[in-house]
Amino acid sequence: MKFYSPALFLVFSLLFCELAAQNDNMALVKGGVYLPLYGAEDQTVTVDPFLMDIYPVTNAEYLKFVEEYPQWKKNNVKTLFADKSYLTNWKDDKTYQGLSNAPVTNVSWFAAKKYCECQGKRLPTIDEWEFAAMANEKVQDARRIETYNQFILSWYETPKTFNNPIGKNFKNYWGIYDLHGLVWEWTLDFNSVLISGESRKDVDKDSNLFCGSAAIGASDLMNYAAFMRYAFRGSMKARYSSQNLGFRCAKDVEN
Amino acid sequence: MKKFRYLVIAFALGSLFSCNSNSEKNTDTSDSAKVKKAESETILEMSIYNLPSHWTTQNGEEIELKDLQGKVVVMVMIYTTCKAACPRLVADMRNIEKQVPEEKKDDVQYVFVSIDPETDTPERLKAFSKENEMEDDKWLFLRGTEADTREFAAVLAVNYKEISPMDFSHSNIISVFDHRGEMVHQQEGLGVDNKETVQAIIELAK
Repeated sequence: MKFYSPALFLVFSLLFCELAAQNDNMALVKGGVYLPLYGAEDQTVTVDPFLMDIYPVTNAEYLKFVEEYPQWKKNNVKTLFADKSYLTNWKDDKTYQGLSNAPVTNVSWFAAKKYCECQGKRLPTIDEWEFAAMANEKVQDARRIETYNQFILSWYETPKTFNNPIGKNFKNYWGIYDLHGLVWEWTLDFNSVLISGESRKDVDKDSNLFCGSAAIGASDLMNYAAFMRYAFRGSMKARYSSQNLGFRCAKDVEN
Repeated sequence: MKKFRYLVIAFALGSLFSCNSNSEKNTDTSDSAKVKKAESETILEMSIYNLPSHWTTQNGEEIELKDLQGKVVVMVMIYTTCKAACPRLVADMRNIEKQVPEEKKDDVQYVFVSIDPETDTPERLKAFSKENEMEDDKWLFLRGTEADTREFAAVLAVNYKEISPMDFSHSNIISVFDHRGEMVHQQEGLGVDNKETVQAIIELAK
């Protein structure tokens, strides 16, 4: 018996570790300081190092998740957590349409958040996402480079890129694919954006966050692309889903 | 026995990493259908009591959201260091409470949820309730984890952002929930006409 116990413990911990620590397919983003489009009065934001999924979550991966957690199946999900458009393209609970390695879309924030938690991960924050996404192939911050902005804006004009497989857009400085060019992505604190047209009336007017100056200042292309993303986030609710909106997960760096 | 202990440790470790309680993970679909049916009888699909969040009150008590079940609940998200909008939201809540007829007052719970859980400790919330003369049981002040707060705000469609260590920008929304936790009314804005909100409460309260 004495021999057994540590062995059993080992087996169990290995099992759990394997489940918990799926760090493969994640890239390290070393973090740093950047000036976001919307923030606290032109203050720079420090982003701590974090891990980010190299690819967005795919249809096949999401199917595996709903099989394991049936309460997130198309026909089981609670309406509090997802509206009618949740997995709207799926033929039934087990059958998605399109490519298995295309990004899963039409998932609500609650669903995306839960998916990541079930992988031992979390959704990236807006600042983490924006920080990682300002890189092009070569440099950490490509926001002033014309070709980088042209790529993003021409993607915004291209319809139905959500049908494409993952990994076809450029691999950025951090080793991450598809931050631009495939789908828009959920962030953990998407509801920290206070710029939707609707929120004009209900947001604290004394704040400097939303008095129009930021939007007026957002005149160059770099800010225009980011403005589109912030505006989109501001227009979403947690139970909404959309066909061009997917997600990927992130994780803190363990010491 | 020793083996058993290791097993317990291993399971405890496992549950730390799992995304939620074991009951949630369910590989048998027919079972899950049963569970779902059983749940739907107690908690409605759109009920906020589906949220598994834990909160601490101004009296330091630990509660779950679903402990509020059975009353009409009026909720607003604030933070106590707020100078601009929150005092007006507090005034709005007080004003709404005043208009509910005496015989229905007991059936209504007024809840303030902090969007700044770091600053708003139970002690702070308690002090805030005193300052505002809201010490009666009908006023409840809640503080949760940052993650639960963010999720709760998402349900209420309240957006907020920290703009400096002591200041948040946030939507001003007062929400009314029925006895089973389904949202029936939302009032947006500061110092707006609260007639409809009051009406919604009176219709629900017994």
